[in-house]
Amino acid sequence: MKIHIKNGRLIDPANDIDTQADLFVAAGKVAAVGKAPGGFSANRVINAAGLVVCPGLIDLSARLREPGFEYKATLESELLAAAAGGVTSLACPPDTEPALDEPGLVEMLKHRAKTLNLAHVYPIGALTIGLAGEQLTEMAELRDAGCVGFSHADVPLRDNQVLWRALQYAATFGFRVWLRPQDGYLAKDGVAHDGEVATRLGLAGIPSFAETIAIAAIVELMRATGARVHLCRLSTREGVDMVRAAKRDGLPISCDIGIHHAHLSEMDLGYFDAHCHLQPPLRSARDRDALRQGLKDGTIDALCSDHTPVDEDSKLLPFAESEAGATGLELLLPLTLKWALEMKVPLAQALARITQQPARILGLDAGHLSEGHTADVCVFDAERYSKVSAAALKSQGKNTPFLGIELPGKVRYTLLQGQIVYDAGNG
Amino acid sequence: MRNPQLNDKGELQHLLSIEGLPREMLTHILDTATSFVGVTAREVKKVPLLRGKSVFNLFFEPSTRTRTTFEIAAKRLSADVINLNIAVSSHTKGETLLDTVDNLSAMHADMFVVRHAQSGAPHLIASHVASHLHVVNAGDGRHAHPTQGLLDLYTIRHYKKDFTRLSVAIVGDVLHSRVARSLIHALTVMGTPDLRVIGPMTLIPAGAEKLGVRVYYDLQQGLRDVDVVVMLRLQSERMRGALLPSAQEFFKYYGLTPEKLALAKPDAIVMHPGPMNRGVEIDSAVADGAQAVILPQVTFGIAVRMAVMSILAGN
Repeated sequence: MKIHIKNGRLIDPANDIDTQADLFVAAGKVAAVGKAPGGFSANRVINAAGLVVCPGLIDLSARLREPGFEYKATLESELLAAAAGGVTSLACPPDTEPALDEPGLVEMLKHRAKTLNLAHVYPIGALTIGLAGEQLTEMAELRDAGCVGFSHADVPLRDNQVLWRALQYAATFGFRVWLRPQDGYLAKDGVAHDGEVATRLGLAGIPSFAETIAIAAIVELMRATGARVHLCRLSTREGVDMVRAAKRDGLPISCDIGIHHAHLSEMDLGYFDAHCHLQPPLRSARDRDALRQGLKDGTIDALCSDHTPVDEDSKLLPFAESEAGATGLELLLPLTLKWALEMKVPLAQALARITQQPARILGLDAGHLSEGHTADVCVFDAERYSKVSAAALKSQGKNTPFLGIELPGKVRYTLLQGQIVYDAGNG
Repeated sequence: MRNPQLNDKGELQHLLSIEGLPREMLTHILDTATSFVGVTAREVKKVPLLRGKSVFNLFFEPSTRTRTTFEIAAKRLSADVINLNIAVSSHTKGETLLDTVDNLSAMHADMFVVRHAQSGAPHLIASHVASHLHVVNAGDGRHAHPTQGLLDLYTIRHYKKDFTRLSVAIVGDVLHSRVARSLIHALTVMGTPDLRVIGPMTLIPAGAEKLGVRVYYDLQQGLRDVDVVVMLRLQSERMRGALLPSAQEFFKYYGLTPEKLALAKPDAIVMHPGPMNRGVEIDSAVADGAQAVILPQVTFGIAVRMAVMSILAGN
C-alpha cells in the first residue's frame, strides 16, 4: 500500500517541522517528506488541503479494561476509539483483573492488540503482585514480555519501605517507575478536592497535601536510589512547583496531567455530577491554572487522556459511590487543541505534548515522521468544531463531563504502520 | 446551571437543599407553616390538601424521629403514607438505588421523602424520576437536611423575630453535619450578620469560612453574646477514629453547661436537632432548662414539613 498525503500542513515537532508538505508512505514506513521518491506511484491519494498531518498521537494512559472488566469495555471497542481519536500508541495501566503482574498476561494482551492491529499497545506492568503493595513483581521478566514501565496505577502503595525497594530494584535495571503521587492514608475515603465545593456538597475530601507529601517522599527516594520516575496525573499547583524544583536539581523525573484537569475544576461538580468524579479529584481553579501553565512552560511533559471507560450503571449512583473516571481517547486531541487555543500555545508545541514527549517517556523511537520510520500518522481538521455526543463516541464508555460541548479538532484519517485504520469519510 | 429543585416557572419542584433558594421562598414556607401550626393544635388535625396523593418515605438510613414527623405531616394533609426502610430490604439484595425508585414510581407515588447516607442521593433520584413526582430530601450524608434547616429557621423566627440582628452559634461536629450546612445556608439567605461555628479543628470542614461563617475553636469565646445556640449531635462513632479522643474530653471543652451558656445573651435560646446525647454535647440542666426550645422545635417541625409538602403538591 502506497499512500500520498498531499497539500496538508505537516507538523512534526520532533523534527522541528511545521510547513506545507506532502507525505509519502510505502511499505508501512515514511518513504519521503516533501518530494515523492523516484518511481513512487500511490495506490491512494489523501487530499489533506486545509488539514494538519502529524505523527500519530501517543497516550500515556488508556484503560482498555481487559482482562477482567469486559462489561465496561473491550480491546476491540477501545482500540477503535483510539484509532478514531488519532491515537496510534497507548500505554495501559496495570489495574486490570487480574493485575498485569505476570508475563503471560502481558503477552496475551500484546497478542490480542496485535491481532486487532488498530494501535500499538504498551502495557505498564504492576510494581507489586496483585497491586497489593507487598511483593515485587518479576520486573525483568515483565519487561521481556513487553512492559515499558512499572506502576501501581491508582491503587495506594502505602508502605514507603516497599516503594523504596521497588525503586531500588527498578533502578538496578534502569526501568522507569510510574507513580501517581497520592498518600493513601491522607486520601482515604475521599472523593473530591478538600475545599469549598466538597464542604458545601458534604463530600469527603482529599487534601492537596495528599499529593505533595507523596511527591516529597518520591523525590527523596529518587535521590536515595537514582531511580527514574514518571509522575502520573498531577493535580495541584504545589505539586507542579515541586516537580519544577526537582527538575532544576537534575533529577530524572517527568510528569503528565490528564486532559480533564487541564480544563475543569471542583466547580464543575455542580450538583453532584458523577461525570466529574475523577481520580485525582478536580481541584481548585487556581490549581487548574497552574497545571495549564506548567504544561505550557514544559514543567509538565505530557498530556494524556487517562481514558477510563465506565459503564452507565456505575455512574448512576450517589457521587461517592459512583466509579471514578472518564472516557478520553477520542477527546485527547480536541482538549489539547482547546488548551493550546486558550493558552496561545503554537500548534506544533501543543502536539509535542501528545506525540514527541510521551514517546520519550515511554522510551520509544516513535512520535515523529522521519524518513524511513514507521508511518503512524494522524490527519485532522483543526478548524472543525463538533459536539461531543454519546452516539458519536466509539468507546464503550460514554462517561464524559464534555457531553454536549463543542470542541475543536476532527480526526479525518489515522494511519498505523502505513495502513489506514480510521477514515472519517464525509462525516 | 439550572437549580435542579426548581421547575421551568421557578417554582419549587423538589426540596433538596436550602442552598440556592431565594429569601421569598423561604419566607413563604415559614408563613405557610404558621398557618399549619393551628391545625396541629385542633381537635381534628387534618386538612385535605394531599387527599388521594401517595407519599413514600424512602429511608435508606435508619431514623425514627424524622420519618415519624414526615409521616404525621403527610397524614395531617390527608395523604396516603407508605414507609419503606430500605436499609434492611432491597439494598441488601443488590438492587440499585434507581431500580428501587423505578419500582416505587410504578406504584404511582406522588412524592418521595428520601433519607440516604450518601450526599447527593436525593439529587440523583430527583434527576431520574418523572416530572410529576416530587422529592423531599430528609437528610443526605453530610450534605443537607433542608426541612430541619427550615424548622430551625422557624424556631428562631418564632423566638427572635428579626434575622438581621442576630448572632447565632452552631456548636460541635460541623464536619459531618447536614443540619449545620442547611441552617448556615438558611440564615445566610435570611441576612443573619453573625454566624459562628464552634468546634475542634478536626470537626470543622475545610474552607468553612467560604460558607459565610466565622470559625471558633474556643467555646467560651464563640458563645459570647450570642442570641441562639445550636448544639449538634455528636455520633459515638466519631470517637473511634482519630477525630476525637473521648466523649468526656469533648464534653469538658465543647459541651454546653449552664456556666458556658451564661456567656451568651441572657435571653439566648438553645436548640438541638435531636436525638440528644446528654453529657456529651449538652448538660441535662441546659437541655431541660428554661432557655431550651428543643421540644417546640419538634412541634414546629411537623408544621414546616406540612408546609413543604403542600407547596410541592401545589406546584
